[in-house]
Amino acid sequence: MELLAFGKTGWGDELFIATLMTIAVSITAMIIGFFFALIFTPLKLSKNKFFNFIGNSYTTVIRGVPELLVIYLFFFGGTGAVMYVASIFGYNEYIEINAFITGAFAIGIISGAYSTEVFRGAIQSIDKGQFEAAKTLGLNKFGQFFKIILPQTLRLAIPNLSNVWQITLKDTSLISVTGLVEIMRQSYIAAGSTRDPLFFYSFAAVLYLLLTFLSMKIINKLELKYSRGY
Amino acid sequence: MDLELMINSLPKLLSAALITLKLLSVSLIIGLFIGLLFAILRLNKNIFINRFAYGYSYVFRGTPLLVQIFIIYFGLGQIEYLRSTFLWIILKEPYWCAIIAFALNTGAYTSEILRSAFQTIKPGIIEAGKSLGISSNIIFYKIQIPIAIRQSLPAYGNEIILMMKGTSLASTVTIMDLTGVAKYIISTTFKPVEVFIVAGSIYLFMTFIIHNVIKFLEKKYSFN
Repeated sequence: MELLAFGKTGWGDELFIATLMTIAVSITAMIIGFFFALIFTPLKLSKNKFFNFIGNSYTTVIRGVPELLVIYLFFFGGTGAVMYVASIFGYNEYIEINAFITGAFAIGIISGAYSTEVFRGAIQSIDKGQFEAAKTLGLNKFGQFFKIILPQTLRLAIPNLSNVWQITLKDTSLISVTGLVEIMRQSYIAAGSTRDPLFFYSFAAVLYLLLTFLSMKIINKLELKYSRGY
Repeated sequence: MDLELMINSLPKLLSAALITLKLLSVSLIIGLFIGLLFAILRLNKNIFINRFAYGYSYVFRGTPLLVQIFIIYFGLGQIEYLRSTFLWIILKEPYWCAIIAFALNTGAYTSEILRSAFQTIKPGIIEAGKSLGISSNIIFYKIQIPIAIRQSLPAYGNEIILMMKGTSLASTVTIMDLTGVAKYIISTTFKPVEVFIVAGSIYLFMTFIIHNVIKFLEKKYSFN
């Protein structure tokens, strides 16, 4: 227990901050993933072969390649890519990208591929009559989508999105390889300086279990809220 | 785009892919046994056995694979007692530590897949077996298990692919699998995009093969 004391003697406060960092990265990655899903879901549903191909390649490649490899691509390639773009605008100094942004972006792209699949499935399982009814009501395209289709999609998507959230949360542990101090990295540091890896990694496992448990509770509440009337 | 590097790194990456496949197949075989065992325990009516099996799958599905590997590789070595037993021969090798972690992890997911497959078997099928006078043991081995395996093929196919991606974590405990070698080449040449394309293609090719093998098996063992 001494090891977990707050303040200078223990690792309690460090691990607490690291847990907040894990939550922050997960939420950021999830939101970035939603943006990707917003772009790629219509592409996957499109009847145009070319758009369809782009949408399918995104989800197939990201879901078929290990997360760690994607993270290495961003970690080693991110700086180079940003510096290349900057050099076009005439800026040639060394730019270092924040580990948080690289990590959240890499995990976000992965999470986005899973979200895209979830949204595609949800939209496809909505009854055709709903689309037609929306048209008959005389709503414009935006109204049709945001007032009729999206709320129903969300209801169908939430159970599967909770799986995506769990995957995203667990994937953030991989960002530790880039040096961002989240739960895993902090446990690594603590284990190294106290020579007590068993305790700290087990404690990390407990923290992750706690996070997945709490998020399940919250998601179940959301699920109830969105299935009112069903 | 550095084509020369891509061609030069291909043989190294391909031989590393063999290690990935080895890790995958060994942990899948062990994991399948663990999964079957825990699926049966989950269906047990004794509440303690039942809870124990649920706890196992909850813990292994609720924590990242990376934590599990680190606990087994760095953590268990810390226990003095273990160092004096024969287990130490296994636990001092990163290769076996990775396999233990992968097998326990995939075992947890497999047990969930098989459990739900067992629960979806129609009672009529078991009753039909009983009415033919077959003993309940044989009903279990000859009727329930084959149907459950067929039932869980699509979900298990996904699990194989997830596990294949999971083996990339072996590179964090010094094993030079496909991801490990890819990282090594990236960090020595600073050409992440090229290496990612080659290594990624190898992974995608393996995913493609697994996907099609499962599809073939599904068709072969379909009920119709």
